[in-house]
Amino acid sequence: MQQVYMDHGATTPLHPEVIAVMTDVLTNHYGNPSSVHAWGRDAKKRLEEARTSVAKLIGAQPEEIFFTSGGTEADNMAILGVAKGLEKKGKHIITSAIEHHAVLYPCEVLKKAGYDLTILPVDDQGRVRPEDLALALREDTVLVSIMHANNEIGTLQPIAELARIAKERGVLFHTDAVQSVGKIPVNVNELGVDLLSFSAHKIYGPKGVGALYIRRGSRILPLTHGGGQERRRRPGTENLPGIVAFGKAAEIAQRDLTAEADRLTKLRDRLIDGLTAIPEVRLNGHRTERIPTNVNVSFRYIEGESLLLSLDLKGIAASSGSACTSGSLDPSHVLLAIGLSHEIAHGSLRLTLGRINTEDDVDYVLREVPVVVERLRSMSPLYNQK
Amino acid sequence: MYTEKVMDHFTNPRNVGQLENPSGVGEVGNPTCGDIMRIYIDVKDNVIQDIKFKTFGCGAAIATSSICTEMVIGKTIEEALELTNKDVASALGGLPANKMHCSNLAADALHEAIKDYKNKSEQG
Repeated sequence: MQQVYMDHGATTPLHPEVIAVMTDVLTNHYGNPSSVHAWGRDAKKRLEEARTSVAKLIGAQPEEIFFTSGGTEADNMAILGVAKGLEKKGKHIITSAIEHHAVLYPCEVLKKAGYDLTILPVDDQGRVRPEDLALALREDTVLVSIMHANNEIGTLQPIAELARIAKERGVLFHTDAVQSVGKIPVNVNELGVDLLSFSAHKIYGPKGVGALYIRRGSRILPLTHGGGQERRRRPGTENLPGIVAFGKAAEIAQRDLTAEADRLTKLRDRLIDGLTAIPEVRLNGHRTERIPTNVNVSFRYIEGESLLLSLDLKGIAASSGSACTSGSLDPSHVLLAIGLSHEIAHGSLRLTLGRINTEDDVDYVLREVPVVVERLRSMSPLYNQK
Repeated sequence: MYTEKVMDHFTNPRNVGQLENPSGVGEVGNPTCGDIMRIYIDVKDNVIQDIKFKTFGCGAAIATSSICTEMVIGKTIEEALELTNKDVASALGGLPANKMHCSNLAADALHEAIKDYKNKSEQG
């Protein structure tokens, strides 16, 4: 049976070149970058080379990159660290309704600790309206955190415009760019952001490593305390194999970015056209202002988990925003925020493309999905009620 | 996450469909929570002669509906009324903890169908 992995938004397979450098570090370069001896100096050199590669991918300076355990830690560090650092300035944070939980939950934690939290709504395509941000900013606002590309529906936010509005008011701007880095050009200076989170395992690097970009001069306090690593902002012996692998993944992402973005956009559009030809289906997210790798559709009358199980039986890996897969009774907060009813949100399907996908994979998915949808609809009591 | 038995009933559900002139129809759940089960029964001489179901829901919802119909076909109304959601889950070799509540409603749907049948017979 054909095997089609279309869940690159969840995680990506390691690039063979990444495996090679990671294996080399694991095998031969075990020194601690803080050590004085040759082993330590060798490790330190590799650490800083990786930092340069990672910085280049987002147009930053190496000293503005702080390695973390991944996107979640980077988001927490940005939100909680800035809140702590600017406590005296104010206690108001602004975010959006479609953020990843790695942003929403730290914001909720701050709310419980007495902060004011403004959650900006989004339009039916999943975009924050810049005028809403302008109205929400206050004297005591310390941070705006709005994601670059949404993990579920792939919609891109007008970050440059949003960040400019925050900057005019002297407020720091953070963006979770876990889903956009490596897929579209991301440049911290063009975007005008002060903090940016990203992760290795979404760009064919290993799990367990990510980074937070912190613009020079931004006030932020560390969440953990210990040694002097990462200029005291993120102490602890560095995950050197992971970081070096991240550096390699960043180099490859930069090298292949334009060609891959073009190729995947074509595959994405074929998938969208093919899937939306099925009756009673809607595309979720913006038609064009979306990352090249994301397709998200909702099928009426069927439930997402059944769809995923059925596709899995056909060798297709996908994901859904249904309640059954979100770990709660409610379907995805993102799909509800763009105005979908619970019923339609339960029937969502996310396909996320990556470097291993081919035209042939798209053909297979477009052949199998309608069959599965028809079968589940034929079993659905809602379908007959029409 | 699911037992082989659940996957068997999900992949090859028994008694899917609807009955033309059912003796009773029962429905539980709602689209908001993501699960709806509808069960049709045909009763003759106090025995469930035929049963069909239609379900909107996750793998567990479809599998519990399917096995539930298998468990009561040919049974008397009294026997069918004794069937619980727990019995249905056990017959499938268990369900993941988070599915026990929301997606395990097949016996409830069956009992609703029996109630509908009884109401209709009293009126008739």
